[in-house]
Amino acid sequence: MAKKTQPGASGSRAQGNVQNTLWYQIKRNRASYLMLAPYFILFFFFTVLPVVMSMALSFTSYNMLELPEFIGWKNYIKLFLEDDIFMKSLKNTMILAVVTGPVSYFLCLLFAWIINEFKGWMRAFLTLIFYAPSICGNAYVVWNLILSGDRYGYLNGILLELGILDEAVIWMKTEKYVLPMLIIVQLWLSLGTGFLSFIAGLQTVDKTMYEAAALDGVKNRWQELWYVTLPAMKPQLMFGAVMQITQSFAIADVSIQLAGNPSVNYAGATVVTHLLDYGTVRFEMGYASAIATVLFLLMVGTNKLVQMLLRRVGE
Amino acid sequence: MKKRRLFRRREKKLNRSMAGNTLLFALMFVCGLAMVLPLVMVINNCLKPLDELYQFPPKIFVKNPTLENFADLFTMMSTSWVPFSRYVLNTIIITGGGIVGHVIIASMAAYPLAKHKFPGKNLLFSMVVLSMMFSWTVTQTPQYMIISWLHINNTYLALILPACAFGMGLYLMKQFMEQLPDALMESARLDGANEWQVFWKIVMPNVKPAWLTLAIFQFQQMWGNTGSTFLRDEELKPLQYALQQVSAGGMARAGAAAAVTFIIAAVPILFFLVCQKNVLETMTSSGMKE
Repeated sequence: MAKKTQPGASGSRAQGNVQNTLWYQIKRNRASYLMLAPYFILFFFFTVLPVVMSMALSFTSYNMLELPEFIGWKNYIKLFLEDDIFMKSLKNTMILAVVTGPVSYFLCLLFAWIINEFKGWMRAFLTLIFYAPSICGNAYVVWNLILSGDRYGYLNGILLELGILDEAVIWMKTEKYVLPMLIIVQLWLSLGTGFLSFIAGLQTVDKTMYEAAALDGVKNRWQELWYVTLPAMKPQLMFGAVMQITQSFAIADVSIQLAGNPSVNYAGATVVTHLLDYGTVRFEMGYASAIATVLFLLMVGTNKLVQMLLRRVGE
Repeated sequence: MKKRRLFRRREKKLNRSMAGNTLLFALMFVCGLAMVLPLVMVINNCLKPLDELYQFPPKIFVKNPTLENFADLFTMMSTSWVPFSRYVLNTIIITGGGIVGHVIIASMAAYPLAKHKFPGKNLLFSMVVLSMMFSWTVTQTPQYMIISWLHINNTYLALILPACAFGMGLYLMKQFMEQLPDALMESARLDGANEWQVFWKIVMPNVKPAWLTLAIFQFQQMWGNTGSTFLRDEELKPLQYALQQVSAGGMARAGAAAAVTFIIAAVPILFFLVCQKNVLETMTSSGMKE
C-alpha cells in the first residue's frame, strides 16, 4: 500500500513509520471517506443509534410512559427460565427457519435461473407472476379463502369432494396443522428480495464464459449451473442468503394473519409474534428489546455458518 | 415461429436439451398458476359489483364486470378535505426522495467498500450487514425519539432520511460492484478521471441491473408507508394514507375498497415492469469483459 508515496519520503525509517500511521492512511483515502460520509451519517442516526438504544433498553424495565429503570440481566433470565411461551416460539421459529430458509433459497435460485432463459417483456412478465405474492398486498386474503374452516373453504371443499375428509377441518385452529400450513404459505410467499437479486445477478454473468465452458467440456445445463453460473454470481448468493436468514427467522405476519396472535395453544407463535405481543400490546419495551437481542444473536450465528458453506460453491 | 424468439439461446442450443426444457417449463407453469392467484383476485375483485363482492361462498372470477367501484372511489376522493392532487404530490416527493436519495448515497458508499482499501472498511461493512438482523419493531421507538430530537418531525424528511439509511441497499450495491473487473476502473483513472467520475461514469452504468432492482424494493417500501407515525398534518400525508382511509370505511365502501386494493397493487406493478424490462437490456451493450 505504500507504493504511491513521494520519492523523497523513502529515505529515513522514521518517516516510513509516519506513512503507516492511521492518520496518514485516513488522509490518503480522503476520497473514499467522502463518498462514504452521506450514507454513514444517516445510517448512524437512523439505524445504528436506534439499535444500540434498543440493546441498552433490554437491560431495563420500560413501559414507554415512565423513564426506563435499570434491572440488569433480569429480562434475559426471565426469558430463558420463566417464559414457557418464549421457549415454544423459539422452537417454532427454529423449525420454520430450518425448513423454509434453505427450501425457499433454493426455489428463488431455481426460478430465477429458469426465467433467465427468456427475454424482453416475456421475462419481465414471468418475473412479475412469480413476484406477485410479494407485490400484491392481498396475499393473505387468498390463503384465508383457501384455508377457511367451513366447507366453503377451497381446501375443505376439494378434500370433501374427493372423499378424503368426512367433515370440514378448521385448519388454522387445529394445533397440528398450524405449523405445516404456515410453512407452505411462507414458501409460497418467499420469492421476494433474494429472487429479484438473483434475477439481476444472472444478468451480470459474462456470456462468453458459457462458450468457453462448453469448449472445456461442460456437457449439460446442470454442470453449467454449478461450474459457471453459480461461482460467477457468488456475491448475489451471499446477499440472498443474508436476506433469507433475516426473513425466515423473522416470520410473523403469516402467523398473525392466518393463525391469529395469540394462536391456538401458541401453535403458531414465533419469536417475532412474541416480541410484537410485548412491544405493541403490553408495552413492555425492555422485555421486547431483550427478545430482539436474542433473535439478533441467533441470526448472526446462523449467518456465520451459512457464509462458511457458501464459500464452497463451485469447488 | 413466434415461440422460437422467446428462448434466448435457441439457435445455439448450448448445453440445452429438449427434455430438460420441457421438464423445467412444466414445473414453472404449475407453480406460476399458484403464484399468480393474488394478482387474478385483485383484478377480478375491483371489477365486481357490490352484490358479487358479498357473495357467499366467495367466487374468484367476476360475472358482471363493472367500473362503478372506480367511479365511487373517484367521487369519494374528489370530496375529501385535502385535494386529491395534494396526496399525489406528497407521494411523489416522499417516494421519489426515498428512492433517488437511497440509490445514490447507498451506491456512493458501496463503491469504496467494494473497490477501495482503507482502515475501518470491514467494520463499516459488517455493521451494515448486522443492522439488517435487528428486529425493526423495537428500533421504532428509539427512531421516533431521534426524529423528534432532530426536529424533523412532521416534515417529509422524517420519512425520507431514515429510508436513505436502510442497510439492504448498500449491501446489494456492494455485492454487484465487487464483481466488476478492476481493469475497468483502472483504465478510467489512467485517462485522468477522479474517483467521483469513475463512480458515476463507469461503475453505475455497469451495475444498472442492481440499482434498478434496488429501486423496485425501495418503491415498495416507500409506497406502502402511510407516514402516520411521523406526519401530523393532513396536507403532508401520502396517497397510501388517503386510500387506506377509504378502505377502513366498512361495508358501504367495500366497492371503493376493492378499487383501492387494485390501485395500491397496480402502481408498484407498473414500476416493477418498467424496471424489470430494463434490467435485461444493460449487459449486452456495456462490453464488460475481463
